[in-house]
Amino acid sequence: MRRFSASGLIWVLTIVLPVVSLLSMTVGTVSISAGDLFGAASNQVNTILFDIRLPRILLAICVGAVLSSTGAVMQGLFRNSLADPSLIGVSSGASVGASLMIVAAGGLIKTGALLGLSLVAVGAFIGGFVATLLVYRLATSDIGTSVTTMLLAGIAIAAIAGALNSLLTYFSDNDMLRQISLWQMGNLSGASWTKVAIMAAVALLLLSLFPRDSHGLNALLLGESEARHLGVDVQAVKRRLILLTALGVGVCVALAGLVGFVGLIIPHIVRLAIGPDHRWLIPASALAGATLLVIADSLARIVVVPAELPTGILTALLGAPFFVALLLQQRKQV
Amino acid sequence: MTILADNISLHLSGFDLLRNVSIEVEAGKVTAIVGPNGAGKSSLLKVITGEIEPTKGTVSLNQQPLNKWRPEQKAQMLAVLPQHSILNFPFTANEVVGLGRIPHQTGSIKDAQIVAEALELVDASYLQKRFYTQMSGGEKQRVQLARVLAQIWQLCELGEQFLLLDEPTSAFDLSHQKLTLDIVRSLADRGVGVVMVIHDLNLASRCADNLVVFNGGIIEAMGSPEAVLTEQLIDKVFEVESIIASHPVSKKPLVIT
Repeated sequence: MRRFSASGLIWVLTIVLPVVSLLSMTVGTVSISAGDLFGAASNQVNTILFDIRLPRILLAICVGAVLSSTGAVMQGLFRNSLADPSLIGVSSGASVGASLMIVAAGGLIKTGALLGLSLVAVGAFIGGFVATLLVYRLATSDIGTSVTTMLLAGIAIAAIAGALNSLLTYFSDNDMLRQISLWQMGNLSGASWTKVAIMAAVALLLLSLFPRDSHGLNALLLGESEARHLGVDVQAVKRRLILLTALGVGVCVALAGLVGFVGLIIPHIVRLAIGPDHRWLIPASALAGATLLVIADSLARIVVVPAELPTGILTALLGAPFFVALLLQQRKQV
Repeated sequence: MTILADNISLHLSGFDLLRNVSIEVEAGKVTAIVGPNGAGKSSLLKVITGEIEPTKGTVSLNQQPLNKWRPEQKAQMLAVLPQHSILNFPFTANEVVGLGRIPHQTGSIKDAQIVAEALELVDASYLQKRFYTQMSGGEKQRVQLARVLAQIWQLCELGEQFLLLDEPTSAFDLSHQKLTLDIVRSLADRGVGVVMVIHDLNLASRCADNLVVFNGGIIEAMGSPEAVLTEQLIDKVFEVESIIASHPVSKKPLVIT
């Protein structure tokens, strides 16, 4: 038996997410009382709230939502609850693109110039997209896209990307090394309103287009020919979803680095709670992913005050034990 | 109104799977396909459903070439039960059968009612809220049967409906084998054209209006069970010696080996 009704979980999360976000506004190196959030506060406090924390929280919400909804979509498409968005090569490609930019444009980045930072983002996005395209082309023949081949091609591309990454780190100096490894941990600290706008546009695009293919994904769980017999244009569904995922994850990685784990575990946990129906699974995963990332990012800001941790470390530290606990409980029930 | 496969040949990676096969599936009739393993039965099903393009020949559904129908139109007229299902996500039986309603826009209330009736029909009402992943082989097969029944539950204004079953009884006990054949018969009486790949010759003899015997990619014999099932044919196709008797009640041929 499932523990939650789908609509119930979505309601709870729609309430929890704003509450968590508001709380998150108050925490950080500078503690701000809840009263200051709504009352008149000093200029300095306003700057912290609206130029630093709010964009960061909104970025966390969008990144979390995109990573987990694309995770849910990939798990459905691959008919494997252990699939995650990085399987199609987007993360490994993006990380090569970013490293390349850091090494090539090292001087610019060292100064912290906006140009340098956007170069890394652009590099990551292009790298991610090229890798996905490559994986997709390798797996597509006259008879359609083979999901198994895609999985294997993704592994091959990831291996090549890993080698390129090592090569780049081998040739980089200390400062570049630190940049690369920090970027790979995933970090939301560079949030700005521009980034929020881009990320929000992508998140809205994805979440408004995914529902159209929920039925198709449900049918695909039966198998590809079964989905075809149910009137689903399987090839079109695959193409649309892979493109959207590459776009979504590509932008996430470009703006926030490699925030691991969210795309794999959140859809899995949500599926355990409400079942695999993608009409509910995708929106519920998006909400849960957004909530987890806001929590993880808040903790990242306060655990080692006055410094802060990369967000990616916290998502894994928070999510993994919870996931293991769920698995143990499930084992008892069977 | 029919499914018409005309002069189909299928050549895949160096093998002739089907050679000049022509078959007509009439609405309201039960067509059973029998034959040894690898004789081309499943290949023919795949060609008829449009899953594989034949190397030569054409398939038409309700007097229009199969690929001229839009996917969702085709799905309203043609339901297919595969031999095996790879579903390994924890859908409940209700949800699995509900997938059969995807091609239709009848609304969730009507759909829920059809799902319940389809599960009732295959004796699986007790499975409604159970997880597919935790069912036995026979239970899974019954739920899948309910799913394809739900897909063609109501008459379709586009044309006659057809149901293709690939070894539907393989996982069933005696009572559910009989139940399946009864369902098939009542569907045919309602005007649905049923094609069934089946291994048990006596089950085929009992329920088929038209019996098609495949051997080595060609149709060896086709016609009523009485006309087709002879000792010579069974010896030739299956290389098994047999006696053909007559069923004491139904008078259908009975193959005894």
